[in-house]
Amino acid sequence: MTPAGPSSGGHPVLHADVTVTRAAHTVAAAFDVAPGHPLAVIGPNGAGKTTLLAAVAGLVPVDAGGVRIGDRAVDALPPERRRVGVVFQDYVLFPHLTVRDNVAFAARMRGSRAAARAAAEPWLERYGLTALADRLPGELSGGQAQRVALARALAAEPDVLLLDEPMSALDVELRDDMRAELAAHVREFGGATVLVTHSPADAAALADSVLVLEGGKVTQRGTLAELAADPATPYVRRMVAASGD
Amino acid sequence: MAGANPAPRTLGRLAWPVAVLAGLGLAFLVLPLVALVVRAPWGDLAELVTRESVLEALVLSIVTAVLATAVCLVLGVPLAALLARSAGWAVLPRRLLRATVTVPLVLPPVVGGIALLLLLGRRGLVGSALYDWFGISVPFTTGAVVLAQVFVALPFLVFAVEGALRSADRRTELAAATLGASRTQVFRHVTLPLVAPGVAAGAVLCFTRALGEFGATITFAGSLPGVTRTLPIASYLAMQTDPDEAVALALLLLVVSVGVLLLLRDRWVPVVRG
Repeated sequence: MTPAGPSSGGHPVLHADVTVTRAAHTVAAAFDVAPGHPLAVIGPNGAGKTTLLAAVAGLVPVDAGGVRIGDRAVDALPPERRRVGVVFQDYVLFPHLTVRDNVAFAARMRGSRAAARAAAEPWLERYGLTALADRLPGELSGGQAQRVALARALAAEPDVLLLDEPMSALDVELRDDMRAELAAHVREFGGATVLVTHSPADAAALADSVLVLEGGKVTQRGTLAELAADPATPYVRRMVAASGD
Repeated sequence: MAGANPAPRTLGRLAWPVAVLAGLGLAFLVLPLVALVVRAPWGDLAELVTRESVLEALVLSIVTAVLATAVCLVLGVPLAALLARSAGWAVLPRRLLRATVTVPLVLPPVVGGIALLLLLGRRGLVGSALYDWFGISVPFTTGAVVLAQVFVALPFLVFAVEGALRSADRRTELAAATLGASRTQVFRHVTLPLVAPGVAAGAVLCFTRALGEFGATITFAGSLPGVTRTLPIASYLAMQTDPDEAVALALLLLVVSVGVLLLLRDRWVPVVRG
């Protein structure tokens, strides 16, 4: 089980063009994400960033448009058949399962417990979790929980990886180290990756380009440098100014 | 000087009238049980609890309470799931459903017994058809004891499981789905283990309530030795003829109730730990 290279040819492109209405809010965005070129979706609280990820993963119904992964239209598929891995905000590990069984979960859904545990071994090793394998999530630090969440999602061998505010549950002092580690793992995964964040530092470290979402609409897209050179809205101006500090 | 400072007020301290009343309340809960244990006829206990009538009542009580708990689990867990899901319904049906489940909790058990008789008695709403067509007569059977216990105990299980379902993080179910779990697999591998402590707690409450059932049972099932005379009924009847036997029966009830609580608590504690 060798890690895929940063620009692995095996991974498909993610095409999303979705409109989702949740309560009184509508979120509409269209974007393509090539494997090995992570996209950061950045925006203020309540802009609809998490809803956008949920739509790609199939966790909320899409009102218009659709999601394609390579040449697969996945709109009619439930989340369990989309091959979209998600690292949730606060990680949402299974509290009743050990680290090993969390990482083995996807394999367990397809086979016996013994086979799933065996399949989880290399993933535990790759993410430095072997020593923690018998612990329950309640006994992990934030950084360890993040590694388990990532290993659990990638052990399912998804085509697409979605990360929802992966740094927000971590102590501030830890964030710089964990950001570098996460960036390395995302490169290693090599597939289409979408990261939701409100931090330009996360976007700079983890993504090639940025899509700004404000009030459910895309207000700007480009690299961070392009955003800094010509901010389209006051929010983008404040954001790039803050990231320069 | 440190000595001049008044003692720091700690948030945990209660005002003394509150503390006194709390102590009285606690004493009121404990002292009757102390009296029961102190005045129990310890010398004759071995003879009393091995009497045929006592053993008969004990076995009947445990068998019917176990059956009632099993029925409550089978019907109550899905009912709890329905109740938890009803949070998204319109106000009226939601309140109606909740009120329906709550009624047996607030209803005097005797009323429940009369109602069961009017439903399932030989001339009852459903009972007359059961008797005319199949020759089945439900009242005054061991089955009637179980039904009476289910009627009064079911809400305890439903509310315990519903509480667990509501407090479980729904996102764990979504996470399981993104990892390839079907709806059935999500329920079996995530939802059920997460609410297991609630189910266990509900089953204990349900069992102890069924074990102590008196009013609905004596009304709907009567007091036939070995058939429907459970421990509480036997104890009540013995009080009038043989108080020592009544106390022995009461002590047995206490031991079984507390025993079940201790036994099951150890079972579900490891699950809660995560």
